[in-house]
Amino acid sequence: MTIQFNDETFRDDYSYHNSAEAIRRFPFPFDKDDYMYAVNMEPHAGGREGSPFENRFDVDEHYVAEMRDREITLNEDPLRCQSLPHMELAGWDLLELIMECKAEDYPELFSLHRDGDRWHWINRPLGIDHKFTFLDPTTLPYGPMEYITRQAQGDFALLDQREGNLWMEAGMVTSQADWSLDFDIGMNFFEWHAPVPKAHEMGIFQRALKFLLAIQQGAPSRRLNWTMTVNPRLDTSPENYHKWGPEKRTLTPENVGEKQFLRVELQTFFRLPRSNGLAFPIRCYLISLQDLVTVPKWGRRLHRVIRDLPDELAEYKGFAVNRQLIIDYLAQFDDGKPTSPGIFPDE
Amino acid sequence: MSAQMLRVTEIEALSPLVKRFRFEHPHGAKLPLFSGGAHVVVEMPDGDMLRRNAYSLISDPQDGSGYEIAVRREDGGRGGSRFMHACVRQGDMLRISTPLNLFSLDMRARKHVLIAGGIGITPIIAQMQQLLRMQGRFEIHYAARSRREAAGLRLLPDLPHIHAHISDEGRRMDLGAILDRQPIGTHVYTCGPEGLIASVAQCTERLGWPKGSLHSEVFLAPPPGRAFEVTLARSGRTITVGPHQSLLEALEEAQVEIDWSCRGGACGRCETEVVSCHGRIEHHDHWLSEDEHSSQTRIMPCVSRFRGRELILNR
Repeated sequence: MTIQFNDETFRDDYSYHNSAEAIRRFPFPFDKDDYMYAVNMEPHAGGREGSPFENRFDVDEHYVAEMRDREITLNEDPLRCQSLPHMELAGWDLLELIMECKAEDYPELFSLHRDGDRWHWINRPLGIDHKFTFLDPTTLPYGPMEYITRQAQGDFALLDQREGNLWMEAGMVTSQADWSLDFDIGMNFFEWHAPVPKAHEMGIFQRALKFLLAIQQGAPSRRLNWTMTVNPRLDTSPENYHKWGPEKRTLTPENVGEKQFLRVELQTFFRLPRSNGLAFPIRCYLISLQDLVTVPKWGRRLHRVIRDLPDELAEYKGFAVNRQLIIDYLAQFDDGKPTSPGIFPDE
Repeated sequence: MSAQMLRVTEIEALSPLVKRFRFEHPHGAKLPLFSGGAHVVVEMPDGDMLRRNAYSLISDPQDGSGYEIAVRREDGGRGGSRFMHACVRQGDMLRISTPLNLFSLDMRARKHVLIAGGIGITPIIAQMQQLLRMQGRFEIHYAARSRREAAGLRLLPDLPHIHAHISDEGRRMDLGAILDRQPIGTHVYTCGPEGLIASVAQCTERLGWPKGSLHSEVFLAPPPGRAFEVTLARSGRTITVGPHQSLLEALEEAQVEIDWSCRGGACGRCETEVVSCHGRIEHHDHWLSEDEHSSQTRIMPCVSRFRGRELILNR
């Protein structure tokens, strides 16, 4: 498999784009015509060939551009990457996990050679060729978590497990759906989910936490989450709300198909061996509505989901202001026909 | 529960009642690493029965060349440890689960005080290896009745901050003295009989330690009891749980799909919904909340039992 990496931006001129292949493999998050929270976990043990579920860490045509965007965000705000002192071992666990997985799943892009603690890592797309000593932070230019997550798409949270809870105590967060690592760091599972409406009363978080605490080594899990973003912007952080918040007001019936994006998070959960922590990668995928409706099943279904969504969810997800515009646009692509079960396009 | 077949490569008597077993991959493949305090579940095909017991790993967590456990023969137990002692030979293949840790070190601690009673030393051995590797500050207090019975002595290095308290030599462990002089930011880890864990809890409370700096693991073997019947709502079947069998084992024997991990009432994997209960559930787990216990709406089949007229489970 060869990947042609896009030259594109996630800010300013927003030249981000999906190839026909990227549209077809997009992780559409709705398996039926309506949506409500659920503990929608499944084993992260591969998936349909070519889909973002196939490998443990998906690498796609946006890889190089996303890493460039991460660097810009970090230069402006170094607090997007933080690790409390006791999380360093978990950082090494994460580095090992990502290097091992990428070298196995994409041997033409990444290589890892190990001689005891002396490691040699080659990342061809980013032009990195680096020898270092495992567990010796003085041999890396950054801490282990920062080093590897500057080379891996998506955000990453490292969770410490203790007192029957999970604590967000390290992370690399530059492509988030309006939450802040700097605000959440040190919080436990219930604290950082406090702003989510409805789910607490439904007992969702109690059940989700029990599930996550029991995740075992070698048996990762995954789920999909979603929201809506105007313009293909990775950094929709509270810190930069003044930059992207006003863009919500730029939508018109003429440009909504081009400027409104469905934002999907592929969230995965891995038990880490040495630290007993939990790695929580949150990989963001963006697709414009006009690209999305080229898959007729998705156009029909997204229309129904957005139309019937409870108001507080549209409010929480931040698109209530544009909801009617979106519904009116999508309505043209919903002929009322039934949709097939599952998330994948009809053949 | 993922597991793999491993070969028994070493068996060594550490004391009259405790044997050490080493397991390696038959083709020398590296085993998943783990963290100090983790355990594995060993499957023992004993005649028609498949026994499964959890044992703490005592080998170096950073060493994937093999796993080691220490097993104390419990003559009054349900038979797993007797099987390990009497039937397992070097060269045998046994199915061993992936390590799971319900007793991990709190890496925020400025110092770790590890307290073990008897065979409770086992998870603490691996925690010690992790601390040695990470250059963490720690001390160990190991209480045993006699030097002859103290299997842990063979596993502990001779270091000034590792203390053995042998009661028949007149050196009983004085928890007050150990805990009173610890610096702020110390965490204490206790593994052993429930009485020891309770004493450490009382002592630290008296000394004003924060609750979050206390950690303990009591390994529950499923307690025997009277036989009882359980009805399975999904199939309508009724099964009998024998006096020396756990409900989980009875479910497995009846080919009911059920997830599990620690088999000691701590991990939560086998939690089961109670559809109807006319009688009293004898809860023995550390997983469900007090409310869940008293409402009798959930049960942990690995350790809990039932007395009464009818128990219907959502299985």
